[in-house]
Amino acid sequence: MKTTMKLMATTCLTLSATLAAADGHMADEMTIVSWGGAYSSSQENAYHIPYAEMTGVTIINDASSAEAVAKLRAMSEAGNITWDVVDVVASDAIRLCDEGLALEIDFDTQLAVGDDGSTATEDFGDLLVSDCFIPQIVYSTTVGYRTDLVGDTPPTDICAIFDTETYPGMRSLEKRPINNMEWALLCDGVAKADVYDVLETDEGQTQAFAKLDTIKDSVIWWSAGADTPQLLADGEIIMGSTYNGRLFSLIEEQGQPVAMLWDAQVFDLDGWIIPTGLSPEREARALDYVYFATDTQRLADQAKYISYGPARASSAPLVGQHATLGIDMAPHMPTDPANATNTFLYNYTWWADYRDDLDAKFQVWLSQ
Amino acid sequence: MTLVLAADGRPLKASLNRALRRQKLRALMLIAPLLIFIMVSFVMPIADMLFRSVENEIVVETLPRTVATLDGWDSESGQAPSEDVFAALYFDLVLATEYKTHTRLGSRLNYEMSGISSLFRKSGRGVGRFTTDTYTDAIQAADLAYSDPAQWAVWMADDDVRAALPMTANIYDAWATMIIVAEEDVPAEEVPWDFVYTSLFLEVMEGAEPPIALDLSAVAPVSLRDQFADVDEDWLDPVVWQIVKIYSPEYTNGYFLNSVDRLKGLDGIEVRPENEQIYITLFIRTMIMSGSIMGMCVLLGYPIAWLLANLPARKANMLMILVLLPFWTSLLVRTSAWKVLLQRQGVINDTLVWYHSTWFGQLLDPVFMGLLNLCYALVNAITWVWNLINGIWGGTDGLYLDWAVAGFERLALINNQTGTIIAMTHILLPFMILPLFSVMKTIPIAYLRAAKSLGATNWTAFWRVYFPQSVPGIGAGCILVFILSIGYYITPELVGGTKGVFISNRIAFHISSSLNWGLAAALGTILLVVVMGLYWMYDKIVGIDNVKLGG
Repeated sequence: MKTTMKLMATTCLTLSATLAAADGHMADEMTIVSWGGAYSSSQENAYHIPYAEMTGVTIINDASSAEAVAKLRAMSEAGNITWDVVDVVASDAIRLCDEGLALEIDFDTQLAVGDDGSTATEDFGDLLVSDCFIPQIVYSTTVGYRTDLVGDTPPTDICAIFDTETYPGMRSLEKRPINNMEWALLCDGVAKADVYDVLETDEGQTQAFAKLDTIKDSVIWWSAGADTPQLLADGEIIMGSTYNGRLFSLIEEQGQPVAMLWDAQVFDLDGWIIPTGLSPEREARALDYVYFATDTQRLADQAKYISYGPARASSAPLVGQHATLGIDMAPHMPTDPANATNTFLYNYTWWADYRDDLDAKFQVWLSQ
Repeated sequence: MTLVLAADGRPLKASLNRALRRQKLRALMLIAPLLIFIMVSFVMPIADMLFRSVENEIVVETLPRTVATLDGWDSESGQAPSEDVFAALYFDLVLATEYKTHTRLGSRLNYEMSGISSLFRKSGRGVGRFTTDTYTDAIQAADLAYSDPAQWAVWMADDDVRAALPMTANIYDAWATMIIVAEEDVPAEEVPWDFVYTSLFLEVMEGAEPPIALDLSAVAPVSLRDQFADVDEDWLDPVVWQIVKIYSPEYTNGYFLNSVDRLKGLDGIEVRPENEQIYITLFIRTMIMSGSIMGMCVLLGYPIAWLLANLPARKANMLMILVLLPFWTSLLVRTSAWKVLLQRQGVINDTLVWYHSTWFGQLLDPVFMGLLNLCYALVNAITWVWNLINGIWGGTDGLYLDWAVAGFERLALINNQTGTIIAMTHILLPFMILPLFSVMKTIPIAYLRAAKSLGATNWTAFWRVYFPQSVPGIGAGCILVFILSIGYYITPELVGGTKGVFISNRIAFHISSSLNWGLAAALGTILLVVVMGLYWMYDKIVGIDNVKLGG
């Protein structure tokens, strides 16, 4: 008897909850997709925990951002979107937007006004590269090396990767064409300004692959951001590319004998998109979340946990010290003048166009 | 002839048949859950995979008008198609861009010719900025009725107007559907877009009668061909159009050709350029490596299984636990353990370095080096003779181990084929040991004793008496290990680097990253056929009845 009563009560409650949700209320559970590791935990600390405390929402973390485009395409084909907010890089956001898989955002009405009173459009400025993309951080892909394995002349420029004579040993590079192709051309004598023009031609692509061929046998290819730090810590490689925040955590938090090569660091943007095809209540929740998570204070908060530059201009003055180590974060940001002496501007619109083509060629080249 | 009747008066035969049918039906009902489960979870996905490997509806669905007009284009002319094809492409692409299907089509065609994906992306963005609005302005200026959405809706519902302007009616319908579906607006309240006016203009110029007479002779025609060429001059490349034409049918063998490094050219099947050939190499590599893994498993598994089967029960149980423990341990844990063991700074290499530094190692090193170099010298000599016999002149490369001189170098045991073979042999070993053990358990050890008491040596007793009886176990183990290993992809992905990966890694890549499901399905189908072929061969040579998993 009791059980029946309980069951009935639960059913009533569930029903009314469903009705309330359908009535325009927001969902109370959401899946947020990101990159895992140190980066996800910085988001957890800066956004998820305060947001969950404020609203009582349960946030489920999913570290599938590396396959976000593929998985969202598959989900949309299957007609069942299980993600609410997805953290992607700018070029992926552009592709998803082109394909109608990401929601278009009205930046000035759907995002918070900056602390200094500037509208979101002014505050994000040039970083608003797509109608669907809400920028969060500026990060860079750069090279870390083992200080104890490189000998007396530590590398100073990016071409050390291709110099197997001075720096014999294994290196690690990302298992995709982005950055590798650009660095290969830069070190093959192509001027920085011409890289993408050259890469657009068949000869340019052949040239880049030929340069990569010279080190193919001494490369371990990584696909997860945590791979290079692990390989460096193991002493398995002497240098390798990865995201600057990962290297920061390896050097400052774990104290490994590793140093960073800021030369030709490739700036890129990372931010949120909201998939299209969500139910109204889930969409409302997702929009509410990104409104909260991209205001001035929240973006500055993330910089307490990881060395990525906040995407809002108004957040920059608020960047302070690391939450547990107590060191100043500003000198570790990729945008710090001392680090940004020779940066390479990554052309995400170019990559949005050429990604499919070059991915296919790169994969073939890898397996040959 | 008298008819035998059953008790109820029916003919006996019919009655019996009925009883049998009922029995069969009952039996079918009993296995129905399993049957349905197998159909849903096994047969249907395989059928779906087979279908996906030939399905190619996307081109004709996204570019229906272009495909239809392209029939009139001579693909061997060496010229891009004429204006009417570009007009059809314009209509199709505007609609596709609104539905956002043009990028998917671009990705599909990009499998056949890299560069098309970006062509479609660029054109999708550019197509809205075409200067066809001069037509719109001219038509609207000629008569105000042409700018009234409600009037358009009335016209397009009128059969006479539709008969006079078939193309415009078709385009208007497609536009109206798009407005309702993609924009969620009402067509009778929206002014038609430029491309509807373009089709009206084109038809009027060809002499069709519009509902209100139009004099458009003063309007300068816009070349849509030039407009597309402005966005990207690749549109003038006949090869692009050949690809569109070749892949316009609803079914294609293109994915299968791609899986064997071929492509569909104008004059039939062609070999892909060398920098795009990988699949045949990968198939062969998969077969050879799976074979090596199987061989290693037999070599390692046979003595272990023999021990397990012949030791006293207590000791055998202990050993059995040692076999089963790794079998139950997660695949990822075991693979990661191998990473720790095999890497350059790993346990095995460290031990070797330590050994080479001890006086014992330094004493023995030259001996081993000498032996190894002797082996290499022998191999070289055999190759040399072989070359001499076959008339290939040029001698052999010096295959001597140069690290004997340079001192010990850390071995590259991971991120290559060696890593894959070591890790997968370890992972698949229980699948060899268990069937071998269960077969050996049934071979009475007394046979061996009998053979020896009749004067056989140890070897003869084993080879002539014991081994033939254990063959069914070897067969079962080999089939299990071989078939499992050609399907493996996680372990090769983690420890195989770029040279030690299997065809299944490509299938996984196409399913989860490149989303080329057609190609993945074709590769999967080929793999399935190869496995079935090998199974058939095995049945012919060894006989599948000889395979035993025990008992």
